[in-house]
Amino acid sequence: MSKATSRTLYDRAHSVTVAIRVENVSKQFRLGQSQGSTMLREALVSVFRSAWKREEAEELKTLWALRDIDFQLETGEVLGIVGRNGAGKSTLLKILSRITRPTSGSIRVRGKVASLLEVGTGFHEELTGRENVYLSGCILGMKKKRIDAKLDEIVAFSEIEQFIDTPIKRYSSGMKMRLGFAVAANLESDILIVDEVLAVGDGEFQRKCLQAMSDLQSSGRTVLFVSHNLAAVHSLCSRAIWIDRGRMKEQGRPSEVIKSYLAAFSTTDDVVRDLAAIADRSGSGDVRFSRIEILSADRSAPAAVRCGDSFVARLHFTANRDVVQPIFGIDIQTSLGIMVAQVHTYNSGFEIPLLRTGPGYIDVRIDDFNLVPGRYVLSLYAANYGHIYHDILQNCTAIEVQPSNRYGLMRGMTQNPIAMFACSWEMGERGSKAHSIPVAAPLAGSLG
Amino acid sequence: MSAGGTVALQSAAVAPKAVEYTTAGTPTVLEAARDLWSYRELFFFLAWRDITIRYRQTVLGAAWAVLQPLITMLVFTFLFGVVVKVDTGRIPAPIFYFSALLPWLYFAATVTNAGNSLVTNGDLIKKVYFPRLILPGAGALVGLADLAIGALILLAMMAYYGVLSWRLILWVPLTALLFAFSFGTGVVLSAVNVKYRDVKHAIPFLVQIWMFLTPVIYPTKAVPHQFRWLLALNPLTGIIEAFRATVAPSAPFDGSSLLLSIAATIVILIVGTTYFRRVEGYFTDIV
Repeated sequence: MSKATSRTLYDRAHSVTVAIRVENVSKQFRLGQSQGSTMLREALVSVFRSAWKREEAEELKTLWALRDIDFQLETGEVLGIVGRNGAGKSTLLKILSRITRPTSGSIRVRGKVASLLEVGTGFHEELTGRENVYLSGCILGMKKKRIDAKLDEIVAFSEIEQFIDTPIKRYSSGMKMRLGFAVAANLESDILIVDEVLAVGDGEFQRKCLQAMSDLQSSGRTVLFVSHNLAAVHSLCSRAIWIDRGRMKEQGRPSEVIKSYLAAFSTTDDVVRDLAAIADRSGSGDVRFSRIEILSADRSAPAAVRCGDSFVARLHFTANRDVVQPIFGIDIQTSLGIMVAQVHTYNSGFEIPLLRTGPGYIDVRIDDFNLVPGRYVLSLYAANYGHIYHDILQNCTAIEVQPSNRYGLMRGMTQNPIAMFACSWEMGERGSKAHSIPVAAPLAGSLG
Repeated sequence: MSAGGTVALQSAAVAPKAVEYTTAGTPTVLEAARDLWSYRELFFFLAWRDITIRYRQTVLGAAWAVLQPLITMLVFTFLFGVVVKVDTGRIPAPIFYFSALLPWLYFAATVTNAGNSLVTNGDLIKKVYFPRLILPGAGALVGLADLAIGALILLAMMAYYGVLSWRLILWVPLTALLFAFSFGTGVVLSAVNVKYRDVKHAIPFLVQIWMFLTPVIYPTKAVPHQFRWLLALNPLTGIIEAFRATVAPSAPFDGSSLLLSIAATIVILIVGTTYFRRVEGYFTDIV
């Protein structure tokens, strides 16, 4: 109902309630040594050179981080922006929050903007908690008067009263995060721009953030929200846009957009990730991973993983020499860094007497992947007994576990659980007319 | 659920508000000024941050602000008063050096701080928007604390030598001029510093050379006549000489070189802020 309403409002172009209008925004980056920063000496040399002969301008490698982005946002709408890493979401947020200018196109914003691209913006280690509240608040656009008035509230929210006059270099990272979020939660703005803030922090903190986000939603503020947490986008946003390689692929109702976004997952190479190019790896190099594919359980095609699905992870590698008795493994962590599982051939008792030089692959079939929908980070390794590692790729890829109705209605998950189980309930004689709601639930309809 | 009604109410509350900003090309002077004004408190918060941190991190703390100019002054007095015997006229040598050293040290520190301010605050400007001009601005404010402490010491020294004068009041407008010139120079350097990474290494060199071209350790009249015009081309000459003239009534004072300093300050402020405004939207792409 509310979604339908905002949609009709959106269709009414040039309406007075437009909070943000983005028109044909493009952003180009120059590639190469730190994106355009050069040496003065080189610049001077090139001036002299060009004075002598007209040299053809060096062909500069450029990258369009955003191309012709065009949308508008009504006051009070909550917009979710989804897309893969490097798709241009963060660049869009940076342009919207004025951190960088677009190469072409324009943005018109009506109302005061607060942007939260990190928790604890402007914090300085040497300053005390109280001092940092003032500094960070001011940097984020709060007036000193307002900070004075809100100080007690902020301190109470952060739950670190007794350490408020201690330099934050003595704080744990959790304490810093709580303090940063407490400041953020008290920002006064008409428009809030949030980037993935929810992806960090412990479970308790996440719960608090989500609570604050849904408070925002009901306070009528306009919110732009980038997240990998599709469930959050689905439940918090009134509209979503999907950005893919700098272009707007789709916009509309979150459920629709998320559906197409996920559908693309199973057809594009996102379930086949190129690992050969990753430089951030260690190990002897006797074995090098080149690719990972997530396949359906029957190995017939690439597939997205839904909660409770069985699937096959295919690890492609190249053995650069013969390796005796190798071990292959995948570590699975939550996006909060909690180790969920260590899947390896050693534990499974799967012995490989000899791995011959050359390219190859190994499949591991994982049954009933009963993790709560969300993002899980994978680390891959090839090793030998005695902590001899051939290739270690820490957090090299992630899988998005999609919602399904396999384990119920997918509701009431307020404490960030990790696992789900098939379960059935039976009521003793006291409960009258107890019955189960059929699981052909709303989510199943919208997320397919 | 009457979402339509809610939305309409909210829009009514916000709609009258003017457009906060548009990004299409370079903002106008008026837009930039309005923007700066709305963030005016941040100048002081950032300056306060830098002062607090500096005094908290060093062993000597605030004593540093006293010791640095004092020791430099003593070394200069010894080197040029005793060893080389530069003629300081009727001004006591310590006062001769100290009165010029204070504005010079302020200038040197400000050019360095402000010139590096965008680079050292790179992490910050990548994460949040505020008018970038505030960073070199705060950098220029920071040095004022040291200058004020130094001025108190100078006052004490003048009392000691019995040369106290009401003309010290002139330090207020002179400091404003010094501030503006140092800030303008810092703004230019900070913007160029983002674009060209070797500027960072050029700044200390620039400061060092600049000191020898400014009558800090020698009086202008020690310079042969045919070279004085060269000295006068340096906008700092007029400012530093004016500072010195306030504590030494007998010292010759060249009004035209001060006028030149004022003109140069206006030029560098306009050129600096115009250039800055044109490029500030792209700092975060390259910093």
